[in-house]
Amino acid sequence: MELNFSIEGGDFTQAGQASSRVKKVLKQLGVDPKCIKSIVIALYEAEVNVVAHAHRGQIRIQIEKDKIITIIEDEGPGIPDIALAMQEGFSTASKKVREMGFGAGMGLPNIKKNTNELQIDSVVGESTTVKMVNYF
Amino acid sequence: MHRLPDTYHALKVDAQKCIGCTHCMQSCPTEAIRIRNGLAVIDKKRCVDCGQCLRACPAKAIFVEQDDLDKIKSFKYRVALFPAVTIGQFPENISENQIYDALLKIGFTHLYELEQPIGFLKDSIKEYCRKDKKARPHISTFCPSVVRLIQIRYPSLLDNLIPRKAPHDLGAHLALEQLQNQGAQRDEIGIFYITPCIAKISSVKSPLGEKESIVDGVINMNVLYNKVRKNIRTTDIPDTSDRRETLTRDGILWSLTRGEARHFGERSMAIDGIHNVIRFLERLENEEVPDIDFLELRACDQSCAGGNLTAGNRFLTVERLEHRAKRYESSSKFKDHPIQRLAPKLKSKLISDPIDAKPVFILDRDREKALEKMSKMQRIICFLPGIDCGACGAPNCQALAEDMVNQKAKMSDCVFLQQTWQEENKISTSKALKNMEKKWGKDRFKADCNKRGRRNEGF
Ligand SMILES: Nc1ncnc2c1ncn2[C@@H]1O[C@H](COP(=O)(O)OP(=O)(O)OP(=O)(O)O)[C@@H](O)[C@H]1O
Ligand code: SF4
Ligand code: SF4
Ligand SMILES: [Mg+2]
Repeated sequence: MELNFSIEGGDFTQAGQASSRVKKVLKQLGVDPKCIKSIVIALYEAEVNVVAHAHRGQIRIQIEKDKIITIIEDEGPGIPDIALAMQEGFSTASKKVREMGFGAGMGLPNIKKNTNELQIDSVVGESTTVKMVNYF
Repeated sequence: MHRLPDTYHALKVDAQKCIGCTHCMQSCPTEAIRIRNGLAVIDKKRCVDCGQCLRACPAKAIFVEQDDLDKIKSFKYRVALFPAVTIGQFPENISENQIYDALLKIGFTHLYELEQPIGFLKDSIKEYCRKDKKARPHISTFCPSVVRLIQIRYPSLLDNLIPRKAPHDLGAHLALEQLQNQGAQRDEIGIFYITPCIAKISSVKSPLGEKESIVDGVINMNVLYNKVRKNIRTTDIPDTSDRRETLTRDGILWSLTRGEARHFGERSMAIDGIHNVIRFLERLENEEVPDIDFLELRACDQSCAGGNLTAGNRFLTVERLEHRAKRYESSSKFKDHPIQRLAPKLKSKLISDPIDAKPVFILDRDREKALEKMSKMQRIICFLPGIDCGACGAPNCQALAEDMVNQKAKMSDCVFLQQTWQEENKISTSKALKNMEKKWGKDRFKADCNKRGRRNEGF
């Protein structure tokens, strides 16, 4: 089964829409609550990253009987050094974003912690693609 | 003592009064209501006893089963176990003494304002919160409606619930203890709980995290209110203050908003109103909430002052209770009081069994089948108008699609689809009308100025 969402950069009030919808669907499928929690946390962080750092993005979610595959693709500045970005506390968030309570540099590490497989690809100045897989 | 199946719910729909107007269906936070044959039907598994439907019904068709007050007569010792909000129902010019006196006149022999020994519960919760590290924030189990909501919709938060019983259990045990110490036999004692809400009725009759109820009967607060008003004396009012000797300020305020939150944790929050609670639990589940130690969640606006079986205005009730509380000492002043002798025994009774999940929103136990149903639902949704009109008997298009894949509804239940089908000659007009009559009852669509639902005008 597939679910698709789009995200606009800069609109923090919209972040969380996809994760809320996914949560409802996974509950209806009877997925283990702890597992749902991880997925929702990872997806929310990824959504916020698009809102905070990129211009716009697309979320494609595929749910199968034993796993959920989430691909978040955005148009934006890209990530020059992915290994560095993955470190706890690393952030390039603007002052404005920090004032909104984001930008602690914990998003990507948190995604890592809450997914079984994580792959990040980026073309600097163009786009970032985050692929996450969680097994139920 | 009651032993009832664990899905006991006090709410019933009166088929004579229900006009199938969909108001209750639209107001239910768990989508537990459907209209079938022109009548509201409540799905017991989904109902959390919040009482939103009862408030929304313009025909007063949703009612509550309750015990007859006459039942008290079969006991030698007749205990009225009532929450402090009971006193808040009455206008200020009716004194505590007058209310207590009227309760005795009605036939009760012993009166227990149930939050009397609240200090025991407070300490017990404090101790638990200090020791338990497995989940934060700790969530109060005070409001049974909230506990049920977490069981069916937020099972990942079950570990956060504090396994402690409610003040009415504490009050009941105190009453039993004191009466038995005076020589009464258990079967001579009848404990009658005066309830501000339907959620407490259900939880008393089929207790959460307990094996059986300690209470022998439940009486609705609004029914008792009328009885008491009739029995208020204006002269020769006796002094009943010795019956409130161990009542505290904390106890009086306990069931009001922040009544618990004010005592626990460095950072605590109190949220009242079922829709507010739901919005907050969604966030909490996603960990979009700062570090909070303690959460007090109540289904009713203004907590129990706004209970769905109360008689007074909730804001006036809060005002009277806050005013009243000022005259009482805080529970910490009772450290050397003789009642402390009962502490070990009563505290041991406050611990409840763990509360289990009751997931009711799963489409199918078989994951593959559930996925199939989900995909089917998505396809169905494409054909539904998305108006959420309720004319199909389901609260919204999404819910109808869900009912369809669960074989509880048909495509033709959607009035818009049916209209399109008529246009395309896929269904005859008379068949279409028959379908509608099935859902809404025969003759529903005949012109008739006195038909059911007319009473609905201008409320
Ligand atoms: N989609 C993206 N596009 C461009 N840069 C990104 C994107 N996602 C992450 N980054 C870069 O990686 C850094 C670290 O991201 P991470 O999510 O860990 O922290 P943050 O978003 O800065 O703060 P937090 O997530 O704690 O609010 C970001 O500051 C940003 O420079
Ligand atoms: S009491 Fe609440 S949950 Fe139950 S049917 Fe009524 S509105 Fe729905
Ligand atoms: S807030 Fe109080 S009155 Fe309302 S449902 Fe909960 S326990 Fe009952
Ligand atoms: Mg981030």
